[in-house]
Amino acid sequence: MSAGASDLLATAIKLAVALGILLNVVPVMVWVERRGSALMQDRPGPNRLGPLGLFQALADAVKFMFKEDVTPSAVDRPLYLMAPVLGLLPALTTFAVIPFGPDVTVRGRLVQMVIAPAQTGVLLFLAIASLGVYSLVMAGYASNNKYSLLGSIRASSQLISYELALTLSVVAVIVPVSSFQLRDVVDYQQHHVWNVLPQCIGFLVFLIAAFAETNRLPFDLPEAESELVAGFHTEYSAMRFATFFMSEYISMTSLSALGATLYFGGWTLPGVHVSGLLGAAVGLAVLFGKVACFLAFFVWVRWTFPRFRYDQLMRLGWKVLLPLAILNLIVVAALTIGGIL
Amino acid sequence: MSSTIHLVNESLTVPVSWYLLLSVALFAVGTAGALTRRNGISIFLSIEVMLNAANLALVAYSRQLDQRTGQILVFFVLAVAAAEAAVGLALFIAVYRQRRTIDINRINLMRH
Amino acid sequence: METAVFLVFALLALGSSLVVVAHKSPIYSTLSLVLTLFSVAVLFVLLGAPFIATLQLLIYAGAILVLFLFVIMLLNVGREEGIPGGHRAQLVAAVLGALAFAVALWLLLRPALGAAGTAPLTEELVSLSGLAQELFAEYLLPFEIVGLLLLVAVIGATVVARRPTADELAGGVLAAGGAAGIGGVAGAGGMGGPGSLSALDELEAAESTAASWAADADRAGGGARPASFPGGAEPGARP
Repeated sequence: MSAGASDLLATAIKLAVALGILLNVVPVMVWVERRGSALMQDRPGPNRLGPLGLFQALADAVKFMFKEDVTPSAVDRPLYLMAPVLGLLPALTTFAVIPFGPDVTVRGRLVQMVIAPAQTGVLLFLAIASLGVYSLVMAGYASNNKYSLLGSIRASSQLISYELALTLSVVAVIVPVSSFQLRDVVDYQQHHVWNVLPQCIGFLVFLIAAFAETNRLPFDLPEAESELVAGFHTEYSAMRFATFFMSEYISMTSLSALGATLYFGGWTLPGVHVSGLLGAAVGLAVLFGKVACFLAFFVWVRWTFPRFRYDQLMRLGWKVLLPLAILNLIVVAALTIGGIL
Repeated sequence: MSSTIHLVNESLTVPVSWYLLLSVALFAVGTAGALTRRNGISIFLSIEVMLNAANLALVAYSRQLDQRTGQILVFFVLAVAAAEAAVGLALFIAVYRQRRTIDINRINLMRH
Repeated sequence: METAVFLVFALLALGSSLVVVAHKSPIYSTLSLVLTLFSVAVLFVLLGAPFIATLQLLIYAGAILVLFLFVIMLLNVGREEGIPGGHRAQLVAAVLGALAFAVALWLLLRPALGAAGTAPLTEELVSLSGLAQELFAEYLLPFEIVGLLLLVAVIGATVVARRPTADELAGGVLAAGGAAGIGGVAGAGGMGGPGSLSALDELEAAESTAASWAADADRAGGGARPASFPGGAEPGARP
């Protein structure tokens, strides 16, 4: 097999694995969300379908598929139909730069356990993630409905405001590593300590900004159930609505994977060194273990805190998180120059 | 390891002049738009197309002459475009407040 | 392979830029511009500038155009009526003029490319550290000046776009930044065109109403009371 063809095959296999996991996260998260919220609210939650209600997500999927597909007549059709799909694309694509295992030599060729070993790794993640705004904006505008429009105006301003804090906290992680590639970040953390310890403020900023970027409570004003009917996805029903919240869960997963890689060592565990394809499998399992912790935290926070008001949200993003992120960056840069980090 | 790993140390199969041709075409399209549109924001968007065409030309030259100057200039052009967009849109908001329209034929003080 | 990628994305860029320029609705224009930027970013990667490509996506497509969309939705900019550009003759003249301009540009720029054969792409050109070195060594002054420029732009945009405060309204035209008649417009909030209240109008109407309720509450009760009594009795009216 020629070099190009075998690279292509390796990428295809990695893609299949990643897609398989990402797409299956959604039904699992649906179950976790509903049982988790039930646990926190001292009620049973779905417990009829299968043991512990595990088949609830399957039932939900079937329901969505069979529900009548209503398209309101006054909507802007091309945008209305494109918006849900356009939300999925950035969510799925951003996962491509996250490493999930050590380099493996298969039949003499070095295969990196990253789908897209780009030179500008993390920046590419942020760039594609920032394109996720357009789906919300298109949905709100196309719906021809003032609640949806309000939802999408709020969404666009919220997302670009918190993107800044997110980017700055990521940059602070990159500074001691001197490379945008996430495999180098993981490498750095293997030789030093996990980044969450020296950069705890940065991690806090990242975490809060991640909540805002994925429109999760307490930052879910764009979807604010009690205020805006259903915000930007008011006019969407059945499978289209399902696509929206699929893309929300998948972007949560991608961002959690980024957080795990930047701050918690990614696919490595201190002391565990397995090589070869088994090492790749172990790395994948470790990474998704950490992602699971993040996702559980997302669910926990959602059912604990009330929603932010719009002006509180903007104030937090610009007057609190941004200065904190800049401060974090300055401190990290000073420590790096001083040779400590 | 870079995303352009397959391209490094290989000659271009597409001559750089094709990129330049595309850049010139985009610039012409942008100019036509900037001259003909009535809506202020659409004019602004056409200008952004022109800026993009210029960026493409800069990067094409950078590749041809094997110097990084072009890429660095694009970096600065991006920053300036951001600043210009921010101020321009703020101006549109201010104009809208006063004139309730951004149709350039109607916010023409010199006509009256 | 590379030729195929170039052709696809070059045609995409050209096509979407035509939509940007020709479509009547500014929202569609903006979304087409996103597509144009994306295609041009791919072309940047082909030309050995992956960092610039990523920056273009991050800054241009990810932030600037979102700002455009935000303002378009805020001001409720509608579709242009009639042929974009107004008169047929004007449109034809502009297109021909642009074509002539393009030919002139091509004739001017082509010779600067030098010899037709292109050298292989060097690792040096693509490397990120090389770019950083050059940017912060040779181009440090322009870098700092651009930083200053962005600061000035932020301050300028904030000042220009905000609502004039009550002092400025009272203090006269000059204090408000030099545009006559702002006072009447800002005070009347929702006095927009017939039937087409934009989000900006509603925001300002809500703000001024909330401000006037707060002022009333302060006058009557003299305390920190929430100014959100829709239609209720004036707080503090009954001691």
